[in-house]
Amino acid sequence: MTFNLIVSGVGGQGVLTLAAVIGEAVLQSGHDVKVAELHGLAQRFGPLSTHIRFGKKVGSPLIAEAGANLLIGLERLEVLHTLKYVGKDTSVLMGTREAVPTILYRKNIPYPTVDQVIAKIRKFTSKVITADAGERAKSIGAPEVTANIYLTGMAVQMNLLPLKEKHITNAMKELMPKKILQTNLKVLKLGMKDAIG
Amino acid sequence: MEKILTGKKGQKLLLLGDEAIVRGALEAGVGVASTYPGTPASEIGDTFSELAKKAGIYFEYSTNEKVATEVAAAAAFAGIRSIVSYKQFGFNVATDSVFPLAYHGVRGGMVIAFSDDPQCWSSGQSEQDSRIYARIAHMPMLEPSDSQECKDFAKLGIELSEKLGIPVLIRITTRIAHTRNVVSLGQLKKGKTKGDFPPKYKLESKWRNMPPKIVQVHAELNRKLAKLAKTHGKKFTTLSGSKKGARFGIITSGVSSQYAYHALEELGIKAPVLRLGMSWPLPEKEIKDFIKPLKEVLVVEELEPVLEREVARLSKEANPSLKIHGKDLLPVNGELKPGIVLSALASLKGKKLTALEKHKKMLAKLHPPPRQPVFCPGCPHRSTFYAVKKASPKNTVFGGDIGCYILGIFEPHETQDFVVSMGATNGICHGLSKTTKQPVISFLGDSTFFHAGVPGIVNMVFNKSSPLVVILDNRVTAMTGHQPNPGVGITGMGEKTKELNIADITTACGVDTVVTVNSFNEKAIEKTTKELLKKPGVKVMISKGECRLLFRRRMRKAGVKLPTFEIDPKKCSACGECIERFGCPAIHKDKSGKYYIDQDFCWGCGVCAQICTKGAIKVKTKPAKGGGKQ
Repeated sequence: MTFNLIVSGVGGQGVLTLAAVIGEAVLQSGHDVKVAELHGLAQRFGPLSTHIRFGKKVGSPLIAEAGANLLIGLERLEVLHTLKYVGKDTSVLMGTREAVPTILYRKNIPYPTVDQVIAKIRKFTSKVITADAGERAKSIGAPEVTANIYLTGMAVQMNLLPLKEKHITNAMKELMPKKILQTNLKVLKLGMKDAIG
Repeated sequence: MEKILTGKKGQKLLLLGDEAIVRGALEAGVGVASTYPGTPASEIGDTFSELAKKAGIYFEYSTNEKVATEVAAAAAFAGIRSIVSYKQFGFNVATDSVFPLAYHGVRGGMVIAFSDDPQCWSSGQSEQDSRIYARIAHMPMLEPSDSQECKDFAKLGIELSEKLGIPVLIRITTRIAHTRNVVSLGQLKKGKTKGDFPPKYKLESKWRNMPPKIVQVHAELNRKLAKLAKTHGKKFTTLSGSKKGARFGIITSGVSSQYAYHALEELGIKAPVLRLGMSWPLPEKEIKDFIKPLKEVLVVEELEPVLEREVARLSKEANPSLKIHGKDLLPVNGELKPGIVLSALASLKGKKLTALEKHKKMLAKLHPPPRQPVFCPGCPHRSTFYAVKKASPKNTVFGGDIGCYILGIFEPHETQDFVVSMGATNGICHGLSKTTKQPVISFLGDSTFFHAGVPGIVNMVFNKSSPLVVILDNRVTAMTGHQPNPGVGITGMGEKTKELNIADITTACGVDTVVTVNSFNEKAIEKTTKELLKKPGVKVMISKGECRLLFRRRMRKAGVKLPTFEIDPKKCSACGECIERFGCPAIHKDKSGKYYIDQDFCWGCGVCAQICTKGAIKVKTKPAKGGGKQ
């Protein structure tokens, strides 16, 4: 059985960092894994999603339509852009951070509200959870960009992501510079704590 | 990244296809690596750049792909194992030197690793299928289907090249280059970095090809490749599933094979799959043996029907009644995806995918608002484009080129009226200056200037046209991941070198008017543009301003906080200048339509404060000493 995870967001939100952390965590857990990234435009505030597939033996680097087990969305418009991979068995864990594309102001198109996005997700799956991830991270003095780790903490605690905390923290220790590691570990814990409620 | 070098035999690492190629080359004892950066192949060079010194080998970012090829070829002439890498358009630039190399021959093993980019994720110009190059270049082409094969094929490729005396091509695609997967490492081999160019090779006529001998060499090459198909066809071919009694089978290569396996599994179809790891020379015997007993075959490949045509050719002899499917069911444009191959196979097998169809219908009703990539906050290109556009007459033609500034295609800038190839803007703007009466402004970046921009400027002077050339000097090759270029003063090995001066070079090219401006000074750019447009002859304006990502990183390292800006709601008239015409992604409107600056995204360039029509934007947090000034 292959587990299919999508991480989506806007370039600069830490999508690739999170993908690398989860990939490394899977490697530590002893499973096979593929992480499909896109570079180049990743830091240019563009739409960005990565496919992470893990299990005994992984073939295709890309997830099939409606085939995700979990979607971690760092920004809500990009959740709408990745609904292609969301089916009735998909859980969606979404941060509420706004990142309005400037083009919407110019074209006079409204940026969807959290409720509107939830209503659209519900057409595909009933399993939707939202969190003010960035705000929660900021409440302990961490930067907005650690929202990715916060949501990962939630996903692990709620068993939405079949990985152990120790594998995630080991991967973080492996990949993150010392300067930011401690803050990120705290944010992970906070996400886990908040998930319990 | 360090682990790519320190990892021991048998250790498992999570590597991008690009990184795995580097490890494979190191396991083959490569001594020289060269590149010109291009996504999706950039990480091959970047990994070498990071590791070369520690590995004790030589690496360089060359000025362009042709030069990079020549550097690696020289190493191979001298008996050193080498690798050169680039993206598919880089291969186009390099072909002039690549094509004669097989005729000429190499002593040390040489691999040319390049990446195609189906779906054009990072390629604005064309959706090119470079497999055809193997036939023209008369070189073997290996096509890995995951990171493990990237590593293995890079090593095998170098060894094979040395054995054959001709370079070997390794072709990957975006999904191979940029997918991380588990790679089991082999033994590293210390490569030699110094060889010789012995006199006897100078004497051998093989190394000095001229007609009529070159025609004989051509025949020899073809014989060599035909022999290689026989000796190595099987080694690079993977057969999965049982052929016994099978009436249907799949032929595929590269990442497409992964989608084929997936589709068979999803539909519960048992069929043999022949995966070609070497797509040139074609393993004809293996293909013929595979199709002989079949009634029907599906060729799963991205882009052009290269394999499909070959299968059709081979079937005439091996199985004339064989039904061949491929591009009748699969698209010739765009990348393949698991769902596309699944649908193709389902329709061939008469299976209905009801759930998938329903899902697609729901998606079609969604119409989510769009998002496109934009210049970062504080990007020097945004401020340059804004000011130049403001200063230019309405009928001005804006020549575009390759780099981050390609995003100027989009609103609100619209300052890239065409984008053709590296440096092409200068040639085209010269032509437009000759053939139209419109003002012509040619935009290109610093790295592009060195890569292929100089000959176009020389041509403007030589053949007397009068465009304004704006060189966007952001002090780095930004889009591909911040590699140094000849204007930066640092080599790919991290050593200090001469910092080539663009103003001096353009002056030496014969341009009489060369002005350098600060990218973050709106008034100066506007004024200079207006003045230069009035002058006859070729003019160069160098807009100098460091890439903001790089600048931010540098400041963060130095512990310097950047300033942030804010909008005074009492003064702001919501005129739209900062959002609609300047287009900074840090500036937003709240629910009541009031403008504000998102403090998380303000990178402190302060250009919005210069362009605000009401003087409503001011510094919120002052920079520490030295912060924010470029």
